Amino acid sequence: MSTPLLKVADLTVRFRTEKGTIAAVNGINLELQRGQVLGVIGESGSGKSVTLRALLGILPPRKTQISGAITLDGRNVLSLTKRELSKYRGGEVSMIFQEPATALDPVFTIGQQITETVMRHGATTKAKARARALEMLDLVKIPDARSRIDNYPHELSGGMRQRAMIALALSTGPKLLLADEPTTALDATVQIQVILLLRELQRELGMATIFVTHDVGVAAEISDRIAVMYAGRIVETGTASDVLKTPRHPYTNGLLTSTVIGARRGETIDCIAGMPPDLAAMPQGCAFAPRCPLATTECTAAVPMLKKSGADQFVACIRQEADGRHAA
Amino acid sequence: MKPAEKVRIEPALEAISLEKTFTVRGGLPGSAAKKVHAVSDVSFQLQPGTTLGIVGESGCGKSTLARLLLQLIEPDAGDVLLDGSQILQTRAGLKAYRRQVQMVFQDSSASLNPRLTIEQSIIFGPLIHGVDKESARTDAHELLTQVGLEPTLYAGRYPHELSGGQRQRVNIARALALRPKIVIFDEAVSALDKSVEAQVLNLLNELKAKLDLSFIFISHDLNVVRYIADNLIVMYLGEVVESGSVDRIYENPRHPYTKALLASMPSTDPEERTHEAPIVGDPPSPIDLPQGCRFAPRCPSAEAVCTANAPAHDPVGAEVVRCHMADPVSGHSLAGQSS
Ligand SMILES: Nc1ncnc2c1ncn2[C@@H]1O[C@H](COP(=O)(O)OP(=O)(O)OP(=O)(O)O)[C@@H](O)[C@H]1O
Ligand SMILES: Nc1ncnc2c1ncn2[C@@H]1O[C@H](COP(=O)(O)OP(=O)(O)OP(=O)(O)O)[C@@H](O)[C@H]1O
Ligand SMILES: [Mg+2]
Ligand SMILES: [Mg+2]
Repeated sequence: MSTPLLKVADLTVRFRTEKGTIAAVNGINLELQRGQVLGVIGESGSGKSVTLRALLGILPPRKTQISGAITLDGRNVLSLTKRELSKYRGGEVSMIFQEPATALDPVFTIGQQITETVMRHGATTKAKARARALEMLDLVKIPDARSRIDNYPHELSGGMRQRAMIALALSTGPKLLLADEPTTALDATVQIQVILLLRELQRELGMATIFVTHDVGVAAEISDRIAVMYAGRIVETGTASDVLKTPRHPYTNGLLTSTVIGARRGETIDCIAGMPPDLAAMPQGCAFAPRCPLATTECTAAVPMLKKSGADQFVACIRQEADGRHAA
Repeated sequence: MKPAEKVRIEPALEAISLEKTFTVRGGLPGSAAKKVHAVSDVSFQLQPGTTLGIVGESGCGKSTLARLLLQLIEPDAGDVLLDGSQILQTRAGLKAYRRQVQMVFQDSSASLNPRLTIEQSIIFGPLIHGVDKESARTDAHELLTQVGLEPTLYAGRYPHELSGGQRQRVNIARALALRPKIVIFDEAVSALDKSVEAQVLNLLNELKAKLDLSFIFISHDLNVVRYIADNLIVMYLGEVVESGSVDRIYENPRHPYTKALLASMPSTDPEERTHEAPIVGDPPSPIDLPQGCRFAPRCPSAEAVCTANAPAHDPVGAEVVRCHMADPVSGHSLAGQSS
């Protein structure tokens, strides 16, 4: 395989708070090829957004302890200078959010915002930057882009604002797009349009993407590979088909079962018992063990490593045999 | 044999041709005020013990309809009947009505007063309605148990000391504290994590059976609606374009908008992805409504008749399809052919 675009090795993120140290990300390893889409799923609080913020280099330095290595295109992101970081953010790597308001400034038109970003990342003239802005708005299929370019964010519908945010994020031609639930707030008809748009752009531009979502359907629509996070760790990863059709970690299995999709009306949905662990006091060994139907005393001895299980699937569970069956 | 007397079971709640427009000022000074057609000619019946789902694009009038049902805003025309009777528009009449019809909103944090403990929040309504404090407290603790929050642990806590899922359980307990017959949920589970959402939906099913409730459930998650609702109304630009049983509509949608909406649900199989968006663009403005059928400008099957006349429909039927293709005599070339 070619050298990956992104390589994350043993990434750990801790927050110092009044209530103690929060272990938000606890040793993540991942590789992403150019042009590949990695979907990230997992319960609320499992560290999905914090991982993306670490990759973008936007965690507050004073309150955060980061260790490990993030290598993008051969450069270590964690040792970039402040200057280099500001080129990297929004240049090589961009992020889109659930709420466009996070990325779009209400007091500037969308054209002004894209133009300014393109200028900051090296466009030669204002005219060229504005031409680029128009090109981007066309690319994300905002109807009548020539007149929309001078609109303020509030003058656009929800779906159009989401497109404008995508145009802004892609205007500098990033190698990696970080997407934090960008379709969660949209209604069904707009959501599928935005998913198809992202899939098309990502393919055309050869851009790698990490796409965080709660929705298994959305993950299935967009991901080449899927990583499942639990308590700041990746507990299972593999091709989208393998992870969704033959989940091998008991947590993935629980996550895919505790859903209304396919459930019969009135029938009780099978939920994972208990709650995710307190990240200020992580349990010994496997963090899922306290909720796991298969757990034994062995599970609390050490944190299980991701191990190959099947052709292209990796699972962090000691109750998991190489052939995909659970140990008896 | 004596012919069976047909007993009409009164719907728990009935809406008859509800209509609501909002007047908004034009953007420029001096420009004329305009009318937003938020809810137009909406009728439905909520049968006792059932759940009615409401779906449709953002801005199609779902929340406005909910506010009309709660009598929080006054309709321009139309009626709401509770158990077959009109609602007395007096203070006492409205107070009695609001005891029976409660609402749970999406934003669980914004709807709880941060300075009240969970118990204080839950007994607030009953105290106003004259329940004595001791029995209100006993009820509150019972309700907390029912929604899965141990009262000895949670009754004294403040909202910020709870997770999102726990706060939404408190909102449900609070809505139930007045022993309502009907609860309206407006995107009440949308902000929750999927696994917490499943827990809350289980809870709703359980409480509905135990307490003899009827639900109105607004959601943009079509999987959730399929699971929770018995009957469905599909709204587009303020109108009901299709209504009927959830099973019938999901298996055999008849209105082109319903078809597009249901086809927009993401596939759960990575090998069977969606290749084309079933519908593109935005709905027209609710200020300048299109002529004829409101869906015609985006409809793949629109013909001259669609932009000429609004489709006829049966105003009180349980199964409504507001489309010229469903009307054999409309003159549409596909009329009467649709399944
Ligand atoms: N700046 C911060 N200071 C302290 N704790 C934080 C900070 N940011 C995040 N956390 C904590 O880190 C954990 C992981 O948070 P994160 O936002 O990554 O979760 P998530 O998986 O994105 O969840 P969701 O699905 O709800 O968005 C949470 O427990 C969160 O409370
Ligand atoms: N107080 C108001 N004044 C003016 N217009 C209003 C008012 N309330 C709602 N509207 C408009 O009425 C229409 C229906 O809004 P409503 O909130 O009922 O939609 P909705 O279906 O609940 O949308 P969403 O799915 O986004 O919650 C929209 O065009 C909205 O902008
Ligand atoms: Mg997040
Ligand atoms: Mg609404």
